[in-house]
Amino acid sequence: MKLGLPEGADSTHRIIKLAILAVGGQGGGVLTNWITELAQRADWHVQSTSVAGVAQRTGATIYYVEMLPKDPDRPEAQPVFALSPAPGDVDIVIAAELAEAGRAILRGFVTPERTALIASSHRTLAVSEKIVPGDGRADGQTVLQKAGEASRRFIHFDMEAIAQEAGTVISASLLGALAGSGELPFERTAFEETIRAGGRGAQASLAAFARAFQRASGAQEEAGPAERTAGARALAAGPARLLQEWKALTLRVAALPSPVQEMAEAGLRKVVDFLDHRYAAEYLDKLEEIAAADRQDKAFAFTLEAAKYLANAMVYDDIIRVADLKTRSARAERVRRDVHLGGDQTLLTTEYFHPRMQEVVGLLPARLGAGIEARPKLMTRLNRFVDRGRRIRTDGIIGFSMLWVIGGLRRFRRSLLRHRVETEHRERWLDLALRKMAEDYDLGVEVLKCRRLIKGYSDTHARGHSKFDRVLGCLPMLAGRSDAADWIRRLREAALADADGVALDGAVRTVQSFAQDGKQSMG
Amino acid sequence: MAERSFAKEVQKLRLGAGEEFAGEGILAITKALLQCGVGYVGGYQGAPISHLMDVLSDAQEILGELGVHFEASASEATATAMLAASVHYPIRGAATFKSTVGTNVASDALANLASGGVTGGALIIVGEDYGEGSSIMQERSHAFAMKSQVWLLDPRPNLPSIVSAVEHGFELSEASNTPVMLQVRIRCCHVHGAFTAKDNRRPPMTVADALENPRRDTQRIVLPPASFLHEKEKISKRLPAAIDYIKRHQLNETFGGSGRVGIIMQGGMYNGVIRALQRLGLADVYGETDVPLHVLNVTYPLVEDDLLEFCATKDAVLVVEEGQPDYIEQALGSMLYKADATVRLVGKGMLPMAGEYTGDVMLSGIGSFLRQHAGEMLAPEVRAPNVPAPPIFDDLVKAVPMRPPGFCIGCPERPIFAATKLVEQDLGKHHIASDIGCHLFSIMPPFELGATTMGYGLGPASASAFNSPDAKRRSISFVGDGGFWHNGLTSSIGNAVFNKNDGVIVVVDNYYSAATGGQDILSSRASNPTKATKHPITDAVKGMGVKWVRHIDRTYDVGKMRDTLKEALTTQEKGPKVIVASSECMLNRQRREKPLLKKALTDGKRVVKTKFGVDEDVCTGDHACMRLSGCPSLTIKHLDDPLRDDPVAAIDENCVGCGNCGEVADAAVLCPSFYQADVVNNPTRWERFRFNLSQRVIAWLQARRERRRLVFAENAV
Repeated sequence: MKLGLPEGADSTHRIIKLAILAVGGQGGGVLTNWITELAQRADWHVQSTSVAGVAQRTGATIYYVEMLPKDPDRPEAQPVFALSPAPGDVDIVIAAELAEAGRAILRGFVTPERTALIASSHRTLAVSEKIVPGDGRADGQTVLQKAGEASRRFIHFDMEAIAQEAGTVISASLLGALAGSGELPFERTAFEETIRAGGRGAQASLAAFARAFQRASGAQEEAGPAERTAGARALAAGPARLLQEWKALTLRVAALPSPVQEMAEAGLRKVVDFLDHRYAAEYLDKLEEIAAADRQDKAFAFTLEAAKYLANAMVYDDIIRVADLKTRSARAERVRRDVHLGGDQTLLTTEYFHPRMQEVVGLLPARLGAGIEARPKLMTRLNRFVDRGRRIRTDGIIGFSMLWVIGGLRRFRRSLLRHRVETEHRERWLDLALRKMAEDYDLGVEVLKCRRLIKGYSDTHARGHSKFDRVLGCLPMLAGRSDAADWIRRLREAALADADGVALDGAVRTVQSFAQDGKQSMG
Repeated sequence: MAERSFAKEVQKLRLGAGEEFAGEGILAITKALLQCGVGYVGGYQGAPISHLMDVLSDAQEILGELGVHFEASASEATATAMLAASVHYPIRGAATFKSTVGTNVASDALANLASGGVTGGALIIVGEDYGEGSSIMQERSHAFAMKSQVWLLDPRPNLPSIVSAVEHGFELSEASNTPVMLQVRIRCCHVHGAFTAKDNRRPPMTVADALENPRRDTQRIVLPPASFLHEKEKISKRLPAAIDYIKRHQLNETFGGSGRVGIIMQGGMYNGVIRALQRLGLADVYGETDVPLHVLNVTYPLVEDDLLEFCATKDAVLVVEEGQPDYIEQALGSMLYKADATVRLVGKGMLPMAGEYTGDVMLSGIGSFLRQHAGEMLAPEVRAPNVPAPPIFDDLVKAVPMRPPGFCIGCPERPIFAATKLVEQDLGKHHIASDIGCHLFSIMPPFELGATTMGYGLGPASASAFNSPDAKRRSISFVGDGGFWHNGLTSSIGNAVFNKNDGVIVVVDNYYSAATGGQDILSSRASNPTKATKHPITDAVKGMGVKWVRHIDRTYDVGKMRDTLKEALTTQEKGPKVIVASSECMLNRQRREKPLLKKALTDGKRVVKTKFGVDEDVCTGDHACMRLSGCPSLTIKHLDDPLRDDPVAAIDENCVGCGNCGEVADAAVLCPSFYQADVVNNPTRWERFRFNLSQRVIAWLQARRERRRLVFAENAV
């Protein structure tokens, strides 16, 4: 891409133009200073600029450097440098984050005949990507692919991880990648001296620099973290009796249609982990029944989705499950790893709970719970004692034991109110899906997938339920339409697009409007 | 404590004659002030001039040695009013602030200063926050120079030119008895370059000397009839004196050959123009060019003779003037018309009327001008370039999210807005007036709170019309501690008290003027050796007459914040309801505490480090927590689990353990995924004993249960 003018006339081709696109707080200023100093040490002309200000409070920001070797004939002459990068006129672009590489391309700073693009392939997610109830992450693959096409050279790897492993910030690994790329005509030692001259934290910076240098210069790739072997997932440990029962269950999974097996095994594991083998057997009973009614010509798509969402539906999120998960040894190990707990340190862990009467009532025997729930005044009165934040210290014996005991209630689950409610809801949903599947296979699959909408706790959970109901509530309006499945998919995606259901409202209105039209034209 | 310390760099201010000074633009300006024998300096922080204030603040020792007084002014108006010291006394003074917001605030003082005129040189250094990365509305300082008739310097953006502009600025000011504004654009403030230093000069008269020997001259005071005379004097004496000085010292520069077309530009545009010419093949890397250039290092007043002379030999001239309205082009057009000139005047139209003159804008504008009026100068391929269609990146546009600035990791303002959102969930939407400062990020996702921002300290003032007994709902307005002391105390709080406003005012107190880089203000909690701090905002508010005042000393307590806001919105009490929400700016707190913690660690002292975490198997991937947080450290990750559709919450290594996510999860009744992990370094013996004991009991309980169930490898990883 050439914006404007051909290279021939340009008198600035000897000037090296380098732009750094960073997110505020990534140390772009440090990197800019290093590069400026590097050029100064080589006795080059150099100029750098930045925009300090609120843009650096986690916003996107650009640093810019121009440098030129001194003309031995006129070493005193001062070149005139530009203060900011211009589209189509940048030699090296350093992006401290993958989406920023994409932004550099969009702004025209990266051009195929000119620009070496050095980017860290990690993502620092923008707020807009994180607040979506579904999956709002931008498509990194597109950026990677376009960056390859748009640049003369594209060097990318996870420089953030390298920095973190070395206990420093990304500016060090970015400088390493720049040095390793060979795009600047300075020796590696010159780069390292610049870092050393900075003093503070030089050791860690040099370590990150070295690893990034190696990656960027294409020297032998270091082995990545060991891939998890495929078989390891299924490994189970436990008492012999349970293992034997587990083996029998896995044999039943092996008898399912092959496209379903992997998902079914994952589902099976989740279900048995939630309650017991009898519960897992119920899962398989249902799945076998569904598979028998499913169609081979559709590659058992319905059963596949059922394997996934039935397991998720059977494993509802109740207080017992939370307590159980939080008191496992694997979890304790994960926390210790997360905070890098050393042998000479101790650890306090505090859990943030806020149960309400609705959740507590679910823990009661079904009849008692339902009885209380039927009396709103009593609920409100009891809620006064329940509804408050509870901070539970799980590093202490009392706090831990409390959760441990609650986690142990799982064996009584079948008799509890929540279980009854969840089971009834699940069966209604499955019946609906099976019925729709018989009329319109794809629609049945889509109905299954709507289970994705139910998640969260408390109000969030209630909101998920209501979205689920609203989406499936459109089914009568879609009756008989050949694109019904597609509409359910669209409605579901709309429901996942925002929390307040604005997109869903719009989608529902659309469905209503054509349902109306359809009626009129028929009438 | 300012965000950036210049303690090391300010030593460069001691450089003597002949030594090379290498550094940032703002530091060069400070050095130039000292070389000029400035007697007093002051100003108000704000990008891009914040660092100049920080430099001055860090250089107080050097300033003291030279007998230079330094003032961290309460506002830009204060800073400009301070220049009154140069009215009767031959003392050079300088004030600095960001433009145009600061210039707006200062314009009352500026008008009065300009009317009476000055004896000692008075220099106002304005940092232009225009174009990319700007946080304010886009306007021109030029208008202020014209209306108050002060002279406006706009030097070429390199260190020697800036330093020279400071020197000439003082002399021009003294020669014409007029204050002078020196305009530096944002990238110019932070441009890294070098110049040859001179010795610093002690002011010939210090403020102490003046205090000991007071003077007055009624003729210089703005009151009729003197002010009528000032109006005439500006035109009859001061303007000619200024023009004379500008011409004699050739402050405006002419470069290039003797071609038939020329370019007239603001000094600040010089590098951009040269870059365009370089890319067109008409200038070399050192800026040598055949195209005649007239560089206005002084953009007001314009020197008519010079301009007419430059245009006299040309067929066409291009005016490169950034921003609108096009004051220079209009003035030049009028001059040329009156002089019966025949030159073609080109400017806006060829170049865009509005917006920043970036590299590509310059290249295409100057390229078109030359192709149209001097095609023969251009190489054939430049004359008729074959521009390929720009590539289409539709799919990439979707893959690159917007990234507006937002609250930092652990920011204490985040919980205030999380609480506000929770209150709105209960009581419905309210009219919310915002203010200038970090807290304005509340208007961005995930909070999306706030309808207007009318100016610094004017948040509550901008809600003052929303005060009606007929409404069942109150307005909510925000003001930061910086804006509060800047003018919010009178314009917003005092106004609300006097007019019996029934609204709710939240003062966001983070102990600093945080958005401008963490400078100390009256209510700062730090001990400042040269300034008086620790003046509680609550006292000021009560002193102003507010009856309903609540102080929250830990904003992270989302529940308390929410309940207090709710109370303020529903109480029967009349008059303004003021909530002062205080917690230290996390950026500054980290900067303050990190070295202390590091030292304590090496000394073997007990140090607790807090981090938050999310249990990924408990998290259901709804992201409700993100919608009440937006913390950069609270992010999402994809699990390697075929049963999961949506990514789950995760907290990265940068977490500072502020506790907001846990508090929000509790207050909003979200989910039990969050946990707090306090790592105790160098624990006491008793702690270690207790830890080991409970770990043993816990391990026993865990083992007991895990012996009786299946444990999958995945869970044990």
